[in-house]
Amino acid sequence: MNPNEKLDIRNILKDLEHYRPKRKGWVWREKGPIDLGPFHYVQASPSLKNYIALPSARNLNGIDPQPDSTITTEIASGRFEDDIRRMRMAAYHGADHIMVIRTAGQSHMDGLLEGTPQGVGGVPITRKQVRAQRKALDLIEEEVGRPINYHSYVSGVAGPEIAVMFAEEGVNGAHQDPQYNVLYRNINMVRSFVDAAESKKIMAYGGMAQIDGAHNANATARDAWKVMPELLVQHAINSRMSERIGIKPDLICLSTVPPAAPPSPDLKLNLPYALALREFFSDYKMRAQMNTKYMDSSTREATVTHVLNLLISRLTSADIQSTITPDEGRNVPWHVYNIEALDTAKQAMMGMDDLMGMLDFRQDGYLMKTKREIQERAILMLEEIDEMGGYFKAVEAGMFVDSGKYPERSGDGITRQIDGGIGANTIIKRNKKYMAPVTAHYGYNNLEQYGASYINDPASIIGGSTFENPDLIQYIDELDDEDNVNIRLDENEKYRSTSLLKPEVQWLGDGVVTVDLFFPTDVLTAEAAALETGKQMNLSAVEVIHREVLHPSEGTRIQLKGTVNFDIDKTKLVLRKKEETLPEEEILDYVKKHEIKVVAGTGGSDEHSVGMREILDIKHGGIEKYGIKYTYLGTSVPIEKFIDAAIETNAACVMISLIISHDDIHYKNMQKLNDYAIEKGVRHKLILLAGGTQVTPELAKKYGMDQGFSRGTHGKEVASYIVKKHREIYES
Amino acid sequence: MKARNDDYNERRKHLESYTDQELKAYFYQLTDKIIDPLLDLAYDYTSPAIERSVLLRMGFSSIEAKAITDRLFDHGLLEYGAGHIVYLLYQRKNVTIREVGLMLLDGKTIEEMVEVFKHES
Repeated sequence: MNPNEKLDIRNILKDLEHYRPKRKGWVWREKGPIDLGPFHYVQASPSLKNYIALPSARNLNGIDPQPDSTITTEIASGRFEDDIRRMRMAAYHGADHIMVIRTAGQSHMDGLLEGTPQGVGGVPITRKQVRAQRKALDLIEEEVGRPINYHSYVSGVAGPEIAVMFAEEGVNGAHQDPQYNVLYRNINMVRSFVDAAESKKIMAYGGMAQIDGAHNANATARDAWKVMPELLVQHAINSRMSERIGIKPDLICLSTVPPAAPPSPDLKLNLPYALALREFFSDYKMRAQMNTKYMDSSTREATVTHVLNLLISRLTSADIQSTITPDEGRNVPWHVYNIEALDTAKQAMMGMDDLMGMLDFRQDGYLMKTKREIQERAILMLEEIDEMGGYFKAVEAGMFVDSGKYPERSGDGITRQIDGGIGANTIIKRNKKYMAPVTAHYGYNNLEQYGASYINDPASIIGGSTFENPDLIQYIDELDDEDNVNIRLDENEKYRSTSLLKPEVQWLGDGVVTVDLFFPTDVLTAEAAALETGKQMNLSAVEVIHREVLHPSEGTRIQLKGTVNFDIDKTKLVLRKKEETLPEEEILDYVKKHEIKVVAGTGGSDEHSVGMREILDIKHGGIEKYGIKYTYLGTSVPIEKFIDAAIETNAACVMISLIISHDDIHYKNMQKLNDYAIEKGVRHKLILLAGGTQVTPELAKKYGMDQGFSRGTHGKEVASYIVKKHREIYES
Repeated sequence: MKARNDDYNERRKHLESYTDQELKAYFYQLTDKIIDPLLDLAYDYTSPAIERSVLLRMGFSSIEAKAITDRLFDHGLLEYGAGHIVYLLYQRKNVTIREVGLMLLDGKTIEEMVEVFKHES
């Protein structure tokens, strides 16, 4: 794929019936020390072929160091076709584990869904949807130059069938944990465990990584940090069961979330727990998830919590670092927040590279004592489960997700009955003649009745199953004429194949925008005022998505979302002209023949100098490199001094850096510079250039400059402009 | 469960002498004790979802797998394995696996299989 070309969804959907995944099974990142630019990184992975680096990488030659952990993003807007575009964006920002959330209620569907209906809070996981997304990822992984793992859920009352479909379609990882069914989905516990064994066996065959569901306990429990001992128990039950069924330990991943979040003392609660867990489960892999329990609508607050979670990951370990979008507390995640979460992980993890190469944990005192206490509490819980008569009895008694820190009990645990829940009384004892002629089947299987030779290869009795012969797979395209991807694509086709454009947060052409407002009033008034503002801005479906009190009466911040009801025609837009820079040789030649002098400095009461130095200095590739001589006046230079110095040194060019933009002071200073040059009678022979982070070329010109340079400008562009303009003034 | 106070300090006494390594070994010993019966249960039982997953692997669509499994369940044949029934029928008829599976959806064929297995249980 060409990075400058959009992904063609219709092309992805074409000929899906015959598509076979390029590869199967989970792939871990290549990891090890790397050298990048002037730096040496220890906990790293090779750079991508195509990527978008962090914003500040602009100052470091665009380097994009990748951490050693697999990085997850969770994508599911309800329309899988739009999610595919987001996956491509996410891959560019470092995601190599794409997790697709299921539509609400799928775990209660007794059988596979087919086709591509629209989902709620996720997508209906179907063969067509999975195949289309895996096909897209097969292309995207080539584009970024790194394998991308595709992941969804093997749970609910159709777990084994989903597992089969995933193994056939090359899905690389899945959540699988019968305890999740039992506790949170009220699916019958006996059925859940019987199904889980089959699902796990299939996942083992498919080489899928398994993630458990224990993290849900701390999202559900009243006081998340008290559930720590139980988390160890839940992890143990699922991990050990999986290992004994045949999943390799290095594909058994514990979904672990630091249970607490600020304003609780985050690290003091979470770090001993993280150590306790990693010590007991050292044979398995850690999938470090971010906290969602204490998430509100502030994306800033969520981001800080998530950075603390990343600190825990770096203090301990994270084989898979999951990311939670900072907007999950207020809506089904939007494109940009997936990217923000990925960048947060990349930025924080590489910022904390080799942290434990510099630190040691204190072996005496609080940390290790608390770690051990959590472990002992977990053991005591296992002892009591055993005394009660086993797992099912313990669930019936309400042992799990109790808000007391075990052995304390509050009596508010989740209670399920052995003959209750969805799918109760549906398991069937296998007859002694029971036989299943397929690969990756768990449990009693009497193949001997047909010949001992079949025992090790049950599918051989029918000449192979779909696992050996994918041509046997029955592909269903669509079942619903109204609710499918073709109809949706037709509806918004104009945004795909005409020049029309519309703002978007998750679905093509959704028209959703956010407006960030401050009102100098209390929260209730501010909310109402915000809704009115949205209305007067002609937004429809206006909704407040975040409110933040700055002071009970002095002010409130409101973020609202609404929908715009117009299209933008790309053909009618005036695009900012990208200045063509002259070839390096031409600049050098010209400067050699014409001595060009420049006077430069930061103007007004402004002490910023970094940007200017980069445009000037030879070591940053500044104008000096091209032979242009400059006089640097320093910072906080009075405006008049620029012109006086130019006259004095016989300079042809003045470069003024204006960073502070408060009250438009930067534009006022440009005007002042221009006016003073006129007053001195030198404006016609001087090139006046202004630069700064908030400087736009158009406005700079409006305020009397010959050109303005904004964020991200390089010395070469400035040198090229000076030469062009110099030629215009002095040679025409 | 009845509410109770935190009696960790009393309960833990027998764990005090364990080294960290012994503690970990004991943790897994207890875990295995709890999951043994769960694995045994899964070994001995099957479910409609498992049987559907077998039929999927034999080359049936999800819709066909569900219809066949439901029908076998209604006729009390699931205990032999859905794939088993299909296989036996396949041996008797001169058609493909998929064709015999779909034959189970018509009345006569399923009764034939009920007859075959009648003396088994």
